[in-house]
Amino acid sequence: MGHGGGGVMSAELVDHVFAPAFGGPLLAGLGDSAVLELGGARLAFSTDSFVVRPLFFPGGSIADLAVNGTVNDLAMSGARAAYLSCGFILEEGLELPVLGRLAEALGAAARAAGVEVATGDTKVVEAGHGDGLYINTAGIGLVPAGVDLRPQRVVPGDVVIVSGAIGLHGVAIMSVREGLEFGACVVSDCAPLGGLVEAMLAVTPDLHVLRDPTRGGLAAALNEIAGAAGVGVVVQERQVPVPPPVAGACAMLGLDPFYVANEGKLVAFVPREHAEAVLAAMRAHPLGAEAAVIGEAVEAHPGMVVARTGLGGTRVIDLPLGEQLPRIC
Amino acid sequence: MKYLEEFQNPELARRLLDDIRATVTRPWALMEVCGGQTHTIIRHGIDQLLPDEVELIHGPGCPVCVTPLEVIDKALEIASRPEVLFCSFGDMLRVPGTDRDLFRVRAEGGDVRVVYSPLDALRLAQQNPGREVVFFGIGFETTAPPNAMTVYQAKKLGIRNFSMLVSHVRVPPAIEAIMRSPDCRVQGFLAAGHVCSVMGVGEYPELAERHRVPIVVTGFEPLDILEGVRRAVRQLECGAHTVENAYPRAVRPEGNPAAQAMLADVFEVTDRAWRGIGVIPDSGWRLSERYREFDAEQRFAVGGIQTREPAACRAGEVLQGLLKPHECEAFGTTCTPRTPLGATMVSSEGACAAYYLYRRLDLPQVRIAAPAGVEASSVV
Repeated sequence: MGHGGGGVMSAELVDHVFAPAFGGPLLAGLGDSAVLELGGARLAFSTDSFVVRPLFFPGGSIADLAVNGTVNDLAMSGARAAYLSCGFILEEGLELPVLGRLAEALGAAARAAGVEVATGDTKVVEAGHGDGLYINTAGIGLVPAGVDLRPQRVVPGDVVIVSGAIGLHGVAIMSVREGLEFGACVVSDCAPLGGLVEAMLAVTPDLHVLRDPTRGGLAAALNEIAGAAGVGVVVQERQVPVPPPVAGACAMLGLDPFYVANEGKLVAFVPREHAEAVLAAMRAHPLGAEAAVIGEAVEAHPGMVVARTGLGGTRVIDLPLGEQLPRIC
Repeated sequence: MKYLEEFQNPELARRLLDDIRATVTRPWALMEVCGGQTHTIIRHGIDQLLPDEVELIHGPGCPVCVTPLEVIDKALEIASRPEVLFCSFGDMLRVPGTDRDLFRVRAEGGDVRVVYSPLDALRLAQQNPGREVVFFGIGFETTAPPNAMTVYQAKKLGIRNFSMLVSHVRVPPAIEAIMRSPDCRVQGFLAAGHVCSVMGVGEYPELAERHRVPIVVTGFEPLDILEGVRRAVRQLECGAHTVENAYPRAVRPEGNPAAQAMLADVFEVTDRAWRGIGVIPDSGWRLSERYREFDAEQRFAVGGIQTREPAACRAGEVLQGLLKPHECEAFGTTCTPRTPLGATMVSSEGACAAYYLYRRLDLPQVRIAAPAGVEASSVV
């Protein structure tokens, strides 16, 4: 299971098994989506599979995730998603009304994201061979001229901005999956980020990199960028927006909010001279109202992410190994 | 964020640090007993902020770390059986046994599940009457009462397909053993607040008097730690050695009598081996005669286990405060969270894990080892 957690073990699978087997220069970037030149256009292309339990959770469903996950992977290339494919793997015994609700949810999420489902596929597996239903989506969109979002463009001095409160999706899932209650209802932040990215690019196309901190959370996103860019990252811990219910749930379970999954947030590395204007544009958008500057790229400790703690100490924020595990006491 | 944010206030922390600096006149070595406290100290950089005269020594209070290898191997053997549904708290799954861990058992087909409460395991037993449900009952005085309650409930409800692999440990005998060690440098203790919330402080005055060490019952947030250090240093500077409660919001002097009564009913005190340390007299609990039928060790007859500790692992010295994690030659090289030699590198309360996770920047000689290739793991 750790190989699917979005951390070190996931990266090992890609680096040691998939990338050598598939080859090709486009894979070298290993971003959330590939940017392709085709017929004079620059296309962003991405795919993602969704295996979440339970199928419905506070703030959304696996169908919302299947749309927004791929839409957001495209958005991190600066592209507004245009078309999606949608593959359903159904487990024998899944109730048709449940499937109907999920199909409706998927359609509604696609309309909300401004994307059209253009093709699809359905397979059924025997009872006991799936968790009810899995969804795969792939998406395609156009990358605007002048937009080039890659970690390799990050330079020391870039300002790190997060678009809002972290940890909501992961804690919302835990609250229903494990039957835990944390004193306040936590709702997933699942949302399409194409509009927010457009608002940011309208300020300047010269954003350096965007990343949506899904599996592995903020920690994984920052570590991937630091590693690929060859820069250090310093985060001011107290400036990272962590909602009290998320902090409380994490404290109870011994988890770190930096490692908890999000589904409607992004992290941006922005040239210092544009940071203030980009932050203002983000805050003017409903999905960026709580955007905050959380740190900067630095020359020191290349490839490592370091937090300045509220008390004045420092700590390394590592790439997670696999899944976070709740502690015993 | 009551009880979280207010106990991380930088201004209050600065005041406490100023007070400690103004008080201390010579070197003192304090041991924080609990691994949770160790992680707070390292995660927030508290040890970096304290004056040089105050050294914090990390204690043996990580329940995952001190669970003997033999018990881990028994858990692995039981969990591998096809009729067993094995339940554990999450942080036991990566702890290395002699040749594998619970994650590996699960990948090889064992039904290993992470639960958040022992009562979840009991519920699974009720829902799966055809399976043998086993709960891995480890931990200090904090986790022992709910585990005792679960066995009590199992007996009361007549649930016969539930059992518990018990390896509970007690803190006061461990403090006694540390103080009796000829190598001991500890001059004061920050006692584990959650343990005292269950057991009260009654076991500590005799310890403090016999070994002439201050014992300050301490919580787990940064300000709790600083307040514990402040009080311990004050005592040391004036030659006092009493028990103080710096965690009154959670700890009453008498503790939790209902929890203590449950412990006394279900468990009995026994000698217990601590991983890397050895047997400490009266330092553990086992199921009492009335509840022995729920003992997984007996039910599954897992005797004759041959264990093999990695020779290079010095976790035992780390757990006794004799060695800092980064002083171990294997730290960050052959021993990482990906390839742990001992439990202290993978437990969420382990001292080695804390140093590796948070402190690598300050330890350039052990800067992150290259990730192991997938050939190290042949099972996804």
